[in-house]
Amino acid sequence: MAKFSKKRGKSKPEVSTASLPDIIFMLLFFFMVVTVLRDAELMVKVSTPYASELTKLEEKSLVNYLYIGRPTQKYESTYGTKPRLQLGDKFATISDIPLFLEKHKIKVPEARHGQITSSLRVDGEVTMGIVTDVKTQLRKSGQLKVNYSAKKDPNAKQ
Amino acid sequence: MAKTSTRDRMSNEINAGSMADIAFLLLIFFLVTTTIVEDKGITVKLPPWSEEEPDITKLKKRNVFSVLVNAQDQLLVRGEPARIEELRGRAKEFISNPSKLENLAEKPTKAIISLKNDRGTSYDAYLTVYNELKAAYSELWDELSQRRYGVPYSEDMPFAYKKAIREEIPFVLSEAEPTAFGEE
Repeated sequence: MAKFSKKRGKSKPEVSTASLPDIIFMLLFFFMVVTVLRDAELMVKVSTPYASELTKLEEKSLVNYLYIGRPTQKYESTYGTKPRLQLGDKFATISDIPLFLEKHKIKVPEARHGQITSSLRVDGEVTMGIVTDVKTQLRKSGQLKVNYSAKKDPNAKQ
Repeated sequence: MAKTSTRDRMSNEINAGSMADIAFLLLIFFLVTTTIVEDKGITVKLPPWSEEEPDITKLKKRNVFSVLVNAQDQLLVRGEPARIEELRGRAKEFISNPSKLENLAEKPTKAIISLKNDRGTSYDAYLTVYNELKAAYSELWDELSQRRYGVPYSEDMPFAYKKAIREEIPFVLSEAEPTAFGEE
């Protein structure tokens, strides 16, 4: 009797935290799987227009991104307010596009070069002038698969 | 004696309390770096570049559906002003020509949509027009697929079906070099 009561008093009733790591790990794995490491800081404002005929870009490694928009407030003083092209993490001109495409190409196995898509993330209020110049340069560089990035319209009828 | 037995039991466990902290640290790192971006858009195949002037092929006027967008984002469809809401319907009627009118396309395979914009056209307007024209085609594909196979047109239907439909109603959209009246 004495033995019994003594033992009970020693081990304090604790809530077991042993399963906490398991729960956290589960969350961790979820985020690890869905994560796409951000490769570039956006220096231009890009708010893509709405559309309904959308196709999904499947493989991220086969996609290169070209951003077109007005510089954000932080860069307004240095780069002005005219729409600019951003490649990777810096501002670029149209003539930088071929090199940018080549740099992306060497990361992709040769057999899959034909599947490379250029995703044009263009702000809705940008005029077509700069977009046309970019398109022409893409055609000259032989990059013909292009995806105009757009959002699904939340108030679309259907 | 009783005391030692309790002690033995306690020392058998490894303290796993700090494991949660480590996992938390990693979790927060991934939370911060995560961008769940919706990578969707309108896929377009651009024509290859050629230095030569394109040779002007004479097309019958009835087979060409011309859409012009000016710098004020106004539409001119086959020579007359139009609204964006009616573009899809008119394009569909032009391509399929259900009542065999004289001034619409002879048959879907001969129909050509010609899109021309200005350098001052907003990208928003351009993409909306492009989207409407693409939607007109996909609705026609859908109708044909329903009629023939009883299933809606989708990207993952059998390849032979898809090919047959695409051959019946090919997507032909020619984009002209834009004019430069309203450049910013």
